[in-house]
Amino acid sequence: MALRTLASRKALVAAALGGARPLPAARGVATFALPDLTYDYGALEPAISGEIMQLHHQKHHAAYVANYNKALEKLDAAVAKGDASAVVQLQSVIKFNGGGHVNHSIFWKNLKPVSEGGGEPPHEKLGWAIDEDFGSFEALVKKVNAEGAALQGSGWVWLALDKEAKKLRVETTANQDPLVTKGINLVPLLGIDVWEHAYYLQYKNVRPDYLSNIWKVMNWKYAGEVYENATA
Amino acid sequence: MAAFASALGILPSPPASAYPQQRRLRSVKREQMQGCRSRRCSKVVSYYGLITPPYKLDALEPYMSKRTVELHWGKHHQNYVDGLNKQLATSMFYGYTLEELIKEGYNNGNPLPEYNNAAQVWNHHFFWESMQPESGGSPEGGVLQQIEKDFGSFTNFREEFICSALSLLGSGWVWLVLKREERKLSVVCTRNAISPLALGDIPIMNLDLWEHAYYLDYKDDRRMYVTNFIDHLVSWHTVTLRMMRGEAFVNLGEPNIPVA
Repeated sequence: MALRTLASRKALVAAALGGARPLPAARGVATFALPDLTYDYGALEPAISGEIMQLHHQKHHAAYVANYNKALEKLDAAVAKGDASAVVQLQSVIKFNGGGHVNHSIFWKNLKPVSEGGGEPPHEKLGWAIDEDFGSFEALVKKVNAEGAALQGSGWVWLALDKEAKKLRVETTANQDPLVTKGINLVPLLGIDVWEHAYYLQYKNVRPDYLSNIWKVMNWKYAGEVYENATA
Repeated sequence: MAAFASALGILPSPPASAYPQQRRLRSVKREQMQGCRSRRCSKVVSYYGLITPPYKLDALEPYMSKRTVELHWGKHHQNYVDGLNKQLATSMFYGYTLEELIKEGYNNGNPLPEYNNAAQVWNHHFFWESMQPESGGSPEGGVLQQIEKDFGSFTNFREEFICSALSLLGSGWVWLVLKREERKLSVVCTRNAISPLALGDIPIMNLDLWEHAYYLDYKDDRRMYVTNFIDHLVSWHTVTLRMMRGEAFVNLGEPNIPVA
């Protein structure tokens, strides 16, 4: 609890509202706030170091939120002026920073300290769906690790639910592209950040080690809840 | 004579009981001759190797730590070389030069599997040579003149370089290139492993903006990393040499013919 700094009122209120939802500002442009973690920075050790968690949350995610808000302001101004080319030009910055905010907000919920149930494999509906669509839990882990390790540059690897086809899929997205860019019917159950900032200080260039260790703090309970809500 | 001839397989060997000692010598000689024959016909295979940077690994301190260079060159760059060699063992690109591989492998924006490793091998080699200990500052002579012509002033170029580097979203590289068509210097950013070679331009200098290049030293502070590079590490000496070579391909101006 004591390690959770920068917990501004805004962030706490935003966390109460569920994290990624914006707060209305006076001007009418919604501003987003950095969601709080529900665990200490050091609580995921030794899978992910406290130093990485703190930098990742307080610097990287915070920067995405700040830049996203700035971009949305510029977008608002451009739309009000009717400046079509400015609106289009802002799209890549919005996708990058907005995507970064969306993806990381999911990521913090995907992780849980071991003492609070992190790493416990999925049960019931999600567990059975994994066995059906991948053969076994181990096969899924192997597939996610392989795709994550093979990803060139920066990006994310996801366990996704295709709501339309009612099947689970492993997908990757580049940079901060959210999962929906790979399919409008895809719901993210679990996402693993494979940007180098997510593991470099601890694992250096050995991304496969990071991938095999992160399963120890995976919050399958959250993934299961998302799955049950989406398939209800 | 007969022994020699039968060793070459020309005459039939005598029955096993006859001259057993001689027969043993003959079979050894036959093996030796056969061995030589197969060595003469063996295929020569070549691989790409990892070139050492032209300075000691700690020479770029304090702007790039020894730990970063050791990891970046010794692990990342080495892995690209090893990965490329592994792919080339069964690839149609075996035997291509690295530049040819990059141009062909880029495949007009739909890169083939060998492209990434090849381009990263080239890019990183170019990067190590773009730096020099205790360098940076500003260039002199012809290079400075060309920069002032194409950017307005060296300060403008420096600002544009830093701005470009900071506006790159994700992993990639920032380059000073000599554009063939426009016949001028320009700052370009490329994503992941894309190389200006594949786009038809002549690279003059580059900076690695993948997080592994600066995360250990600067964490998320990319601005400080880029500023330190342009102020203290970039080797204008190497830039000058590359410009000289580039001018053989791109006509940057009218020749100065002295009047008698």
